[in-house]
Formats: sequence, structure tokens, C-alpha cells
Amino acid sequence: MNTTKFLDAKGLACPMPIVRTKKAVKELEAGDILEIHATDKGSVADLTAWAASGNHKVVDQQQESDVFKFWIQKG
Amino acid sequence: MTEQKKTTIVLFSGDYDKAMAAYIIANGAAAYDHEVTIFHTFWGLNALRKDEPIQSKKGFLEKMFGKMMPRGADKMGLSQMNFAGMGPKMIKHVMKKHQAMPLPELIDLAIEQDIKLIACTMTMDLLGLSQKELLEDVDYGGVAAYLGEAQDGQVNLFI
Repeated sequence: MNTTKFLDAKGLACPMPIVRTKKAVKELEAGDILEIHATDKGSVADLTAWAASGNHKVVDQQQESDVFKFWIQKG
Repeated sequence: MTEQKKTTIVLFSGDYDKAMAAYIIANGAAAYDHEVTIFHTFWGLNALRKDEPIQSKKGFLEKMFGKMMPRGADKMGLSQMNFAGMGPKMIKHVMKKHQAMPLPELIDLAIEQDIKLIACTMTMDLLGLSQKELLEDVDYGGVAAYLGEAQDGQVNLFI
């Protein structure tokens, strides 16, 4: 996947993954893809809800051991 | 672009845990591109106090209030299991382990995210708090300032 930007949110607790994601997405152009790695267990629900609310698209989501990976396309 | 959404929170409590919940929701809402206002009244005002003692002309009761109330967010107690001050020490230790943000940092983040922090001037008078005892980034107002924001808010909380 063509990731435009990568955000390492591992170890961060609520609400930081969302706060950092918002900042990162702000710097992107529509259509760009942000890859996020997080360990907060709430981040699956959080990032999905956040993306839907801002008309962004979760293109892919994977889990590798305890790291949650997201690819969000800016809407 | 959709219409600007608003979140308003009344922080009435002066407990570390409750203030933390308020500031986490506020920072989350700011990340949701909401315009966020936290209206601090009664014990919630203590979250905005500077941590150093500040000289100001006060009556006896006001001085007592000032001495007895926590000077700043970091000195606030827990609403449960405070154990005469041991509780906050324990929870801060656990928070560090889980990399949860301490309350003073959440307040800094709120300011950085342009969250509007309002101090209720009427309760400031009751508790004997002056403007120079509170953080620089605070706005001042009364119930109308809060209602003005809350009436077209999508999320309104009283904590």
C-alpha cells in the first residue's frame, strides 16, 4: 500500500492516539494514506469511529501480536 | 465541510480522577474537530490554579479557603480511595506504567488544542480566588457565557 505518512502511536494511552492521528491527517492532502501503529486496545473502536466522523476511510486494519495497524485515507 | 460541532463540559468537581475524565473527553472532542469549552466552577476551579503561592489581599475566610484547597491540578485528591493523599501517589505511579497522560499535561494539551477554558467568576468570589492565582490561558465568565456555548453544543457534560 502507498503510505504517505507513518505515525507511531505505540505505547500511547487514550486520548493520545486520536489526538496525534488528527494532527497527522491535518498535514495530508485528500486521498493520502496515513499508516498508524498503536497498542491501546481502545484504538480499534476509537480510530474507526473517528475516521467515520471525519469522512476519512479506514482502508485496512491488521493486528500483529499486540500492535494494531491502521491505514486511513484522508477524505 | 459540515457544520462546526461543539462540546461543552462543566467541571464542578475538584477531584483528580473526575477532572482527568473531563480533560480526556475535551481533548478527544478537540481531535474530533469540535469547538470545546470547559466551564470551571466551584471545586473545578482548583484545576486552573497555579502551583505557587500568590500574594493577594484577602479576608480571613478567603485565606483559609485558599490554604485548604489544592493549589493546582497536580495536588488534587481522588474521588474514591484517596487514603489521605496516598491514593493520588499510587494512581500516578500506575498511570506512568500505562503511559496515561497526567492531568497537568492534559491541561497543557487542551490549551495547545485551543480548548476554551472558562473560570466562573461568581464562584471565584465565593472561594476567594483571584485572577492572578489562575493560569494565564483562562477566560472569565458566568452562566451566560457557558449557555452561549452550550445551547448549540452536540455534547454537554456536567462532571
